[in-house]
Amino acid sequence: MTSVKLYPPKPEKVYFFGTCLIDLFYPDAGLDGIRLLEREGIMVLFPQGQTCCGQPAYTSGYHDEARAVAAAQLDLFAESWPIVVPSGSCGGMMRTHYPQLFAGTEHEARANEVAGRIYELTEFLLHVCQLRLEDRGQPEKIAMHTSCSARREMGLAETGPALLARMGQVELVEQARAAECCGFGGTFAVRHPEVSAAMVEDKTQAIEATGVKRFVTSDCGCLMNIAGRFEHQNKPVEGEHIASYLWRRTS
Amino acid sequence: MSAAHEPVQTFTPREFHRQAHDALGNPQIRANFRRAMDGLMAKRRDVFSDWDLEVLRELGANIRLRALAKLPDLLERLEANCQANGIQVHWAENGDEACRIIGEICERHGARAVIKGKSMVSEEMHLNAHLEAAGIEALESDLGEYLVQLNEQTPSHIIMPAIHLNTDEIAEIMHDKTGIERTRDVDTMTAAARAQLRERFMAADVGISGVNFAVAETGTLCLVENEGNGRMTTAVPPVHIAVTGIEKVVEHLRDVPPLYALLTRSATGQHVTTYFNMISSPRKPGEHDGPQEVHLVLVDSGRSNIYQDDELLDTLRCIRCGACMNHCPVYTRVGGHTYGTTYPGPIGSILMPHMMGLEATKDLPTASSLCGACGEVCPVKIPIPDLLVRLRREAVGEGRGNVRGAGVKRTKKEVAAWKGFQWLATHPAAWRSGAALAGKLQALMPSKLGPWTEYRTAPKPAKVSLHAMVKRHQAGKSDEDGGERS
Amino acid sequence: MSARDNILKRLRERADGPLAAPESDFAVVTGRGWDHAERLARFERWITSVHGEVIHTSRDDWTKVLAGVLDAKGIRRLALGREHPVAAEARAALAKDEVILLDADRDIETWRHEQFHDTDAGLTSTRGAIAETGSLWLWPTPDEPRLLSLVPPIHIAVLDADTVEDTFFDVVEAHGWAGGMPTNALLISGPSKTADIEQTLAYGVHGPRVLVVLLRHAEERP
Repeated sequence: MTSVKLYPPKPEKVYFFGTCLIDLFYPDAGLDGIRLLEREGIMVLFPQGQTCCGQPAYTSGYHDEARAVAAAQLDLFAESWPIVVPSGSCGGMMRTHYPQLFAGTEHEARANEVAGRIYELTEFLLHVCQLRLEDRGQPEKIAMHTSCSARREMGLAETGPALLARMGQVELVEQARAAECCGFGGTFAVRHPEVSAAMVEDKTQAIEATGVKRFVTSDCGCLMNIAGRFEHQNKPVEGEHIASYLWRRTS
Repeated sequence: MSAAHEPVQTFTPREFHRQAHDALGNPQIRANFRRAMDGLMAKRRDVFSDWDLEVLRELGANIRLRALAKLPDLLERLEANCQANGIQVHWAENGDEACRIIGEICERHGARAVIKGKSMVSEEMHLNAHLEAAGIEALESDLGEYLVQLNEQTPSHIIMPAIHLNTDEIAEIMHDKTGIERTRDVDTMTAAARAQLRERFMAADVGISGVNFAVAETGTLCLVENEGNGRMTTAVPPVHIAVTGIEKVVEHLRDVPPLYALLTRSATGQHVTTYFNMISSPRKPGEHDGPQEVHLVLVDSGRSNIYQDDELLDTLRCIRCGACMNHCPVYTRVGGHTYGTTYPGPIGSILMPHMMGLEATKDLPTASSLCGACGEVCPVKIPIPDLLVRLRREAVGEGRGNVRGAGVKRTKKEVAAWKGFQWLATHPAAWRSGAALAGKLQALMPSKLGPWTEYRTAPKPAKVSLHAMVKRHQAGKSDEDGGERS
Repeated sequence: MSARDNILKRLRERADGPLAAPESDFAVVTGRGWDHAERLARFERWITSVHGEVIHTSRDDWTKVLAGVLDAKGIRRLALGREHPVAAEARAALAKDEVILLDADRDIETWRHEQFHDTDAGLTSTRGAIAETGSLWLWPTPDEPRLLSLVPPIHIAVLDADTVEDTFFDVVEAHGWAGGMPTNALLISGPSKTADIEQTLAYGVHGPRVLVVLLRHAEERP
C-alpha cells in the first residue's frame, strides 16, 4: 500500500519511458500515450538511449545484471521533469525497486531521486493532468484488467477506471475476481507455463462472462497474456492498451 | 487405526512441476480449492470491514519485530518464567532432536498412546512417524488432521488440513476407515468423530500440542482453536508436551490481543475463535484436573540461521494464519500438496528453502507471479514478494550466499542469456537496431515459442519500434513547425 | 555446548548486528468508549452469532431461570462447584429439585468416566466478558476446574452484566493479568465448532454442543 501521494501541478515537460514490451511489440500504445500527454500541452522528451527497466533480470534473481541495466537508464533523465511510464509493472520496478537495488551503491542518491519522479501513465493523466476526455466513439461496454503491479505495488487500482469513467459513451463492466492475477508474471509464465495457463484461462473466462468484446489494460505484459489467450482460442474479444483506447476515441 | 503406514501419496518439492501438472488436471482438486479460497477471501474481507486494518497490521508487525529484536533475551525470560511456573523447558537444534526429546518424555511415562492437537511444527519434524517407529501411537484430534491421518495423507493447508477433500470424499473416508454408516451429513460425521476421539482423549498417556504465542513475561503458552480438541489435549492426559519454533515468543501479555485479533480474522475470517487457551503451569497442589507435567520444547530447525540476515529475518514474523495461501492465485490452482512441503503456498516458499535447502526447493520461490496478494494481506506485513525475489537471487548465486544450496540454480546457459540481455540493454544503439531487425524479420519468427504458445498466440514484433516511431513523430512535428516558420 | 547454548549464542552473535526494538502503540485495540447498553448489545450480538444462547435474568431470579434451562434441555445430571457463590446459590436452589448435582471439586481421576459419559451439563461462573468479540473469560479454580466448561455436552455460564468490558486488551490491562497468570485462563466464545468438512460449520465437535449464558443484571430489567 502506498501512502497518499501529493501530486505536482502540470509540468511543461515530461520524460517518457516507453518500456521494452511497448518498444518491441506495442509501439502504438506508447505513441498514443505520448499523444495524450502532448494534447495536454506537455512537451514529451523521449530519451533515445532508453532500453529496459531491468525488471526481467531483477525478478529472476539476476540482480547484478538488473543493476547494470537499471544504471544505464538512470542517466537518461538529467533534468528534474517527471518520468511517465505506460506500465504499472515497469513503473513499480523504477519507483519501488530501484532504491532497493542501488541501496549502498554509488548510484543510491540518483536512484532515489529518479524513483521519486516516476509516474504511471494513467496516474499522471488523472492526478497531474486532471485529464478531460471528449468521447467521440460509439457506446461500448468494456472490461478492464489492472495489473497487479499497478494495483498493489503502486496502489493504483482506481486510476484506469477513473479515466474510463470520464468517457461519456463507455461503460466499464465488473468482472469476477477482478483483482486476481492474470498469470503473466514475466518469467513466471515461462517457468511455470501450466500454472500460468490455468490462471489466464480463468481470467479470460471471467472477462468473457461479462459479455464484452473488448478489454483494456495499463500493462502490456497482461495484454500480451490475456489477448494471446483469447486469440489462441479464436474468441472474439480484443485487448488494447488503455492509452490507445483513450486516444482512439477522443482524437 | 493401525500404526506406521507409509503415506499413500508422497509429495516432494523436487517434483513441483509434475505435481502441479497432476493437480491442474484434477477437476475435483481444482474445484475444492477454488471454492474454499473464494469463501475464505470473502470472509476475511467482511470481518475486517469495521477495523482500521492498516493500523492493526502495523501494530502486529511492530509487536513481532520487537519480539525478534529481543529474541535471545525473551527466550531466556520465557524459559525462566515457565520453569518458575513448573513447566519444563527443552531446546532442540532440529526436528530430530525435538523428536528424540519428546520420545524420551513419552518413554519415561511408559506412554503407548499419544493424542495430538494441531501442530505444524510437529508436522515439520515428522513427529508421528518418529513416535510410531518407537511403538507409540500418535493420533491427531483436530477433525481436519484426523481425516487427513485416516486418509494417510499430510495436511494441504496450515489452518484447514483437509481443505483438499470435499464432503463426498470425507464421507467415504469416514465410512471406510471408521466403519460408520455412509452419510453426507456433516453433523452426523462430526458427531461420529467426536465419539471416536473422546475415548482416545481419556485413554491417552500424553497430549502433544503446538503453541500460537509463547509469552515471555508470564511464561504462558497460548493456543487458538475452535474445536476444543486443543483444550482436551492439553488438559485431559497426565502429561502435556507443547512444541514450538523459537520465533513464537512475544514479550508481553498485552502483545497477545492484537496478534490474536489479526490471526483469527486473517486465517478464517472469524472475529474470534471459540477457545483461547492460556496455559501457565501444570496442575498445582489442590487443583483437580489438568496435566501433572507440562513440557515446552523449543525447536530451532534453521530459524536461528534465518535470524542472521536483516532481510530474511522478516520471514520469522509469521504467525501462521495462512492468509497468504488463501489469497495466492498459484496455491488456489495447484493446492497445498503440490508444494511437497509442510508449509505450502507463499509462506512455505520463503520458509522451506531454509529448512530443506535450495537444492530441494529451488522451484518454490519461482512458483509465484509476484502478484503481491500475499504481501497485501499478511497480518504482520511480511514483504513476501521481496523475499521470494531474494530467494531467487540466492538460488542463482547472486544473493548473499547465506541460504543452504545458494547458487544451485545457476547454469552457464542462463547466466549467458542474462549477460546477453544486460549487454543489449546497456548498448542502446544495438538495442535499437535489434528492435528494428526483429520487426523486419517478424515473418521468420518461429510460430512456437516454447510453452508460451501452447496456450497463447505469440505477440508479433512490431514493424517499427517505439524508438523509431517517436523519432518519426517528432520529426513530423518539427517539419510542421518549420513549415509554419517559412 | 548444549542445544540451548548453541541456539542462544547464534541469536546473540547475529551476523547483521543487533536489532532495534520498536515501541508499540496499542490505541487500535482499546478506547472503544462504549456505554453499558452498547457493550451488552455487542456482546450478545457476537456470542449469539456463533450459537451461544444468552438468557437475561436478574441477580435475584437467576436460579429460577437456571432451573428452567435444566428442565427445557432435559439436564438430569449437573456438575458444579461448591464454594463460588454461583455454585452455592445453584446448589441451594436445586436442592429439592430432581436434578442430580455432581461435585466438580474432585480429582478428575476419581470421576473421569462419569464426567465424560454421565454428565449432562457443567455450570460455571465467569470472571467477565468481552463485548468486542462476544467472549467469556474464565480462570478455572479448584472449585470450578477447567474441564467443567469443556467435557459435558452443555456448558451453562453465569455472567454478571457489569463485568462486560470492551476489548480483550482492556481486560488484560484492567485486571493486571501480566502480574500473575492462573494455571489456565480461557476465553470462550460459543460452543465448540468445526468447519473442517468442506467449510460447513458444525457445532459440538470435541467440546460442548451448547453454551448457555445466564446474563445477570443487577436489577430487574424493565
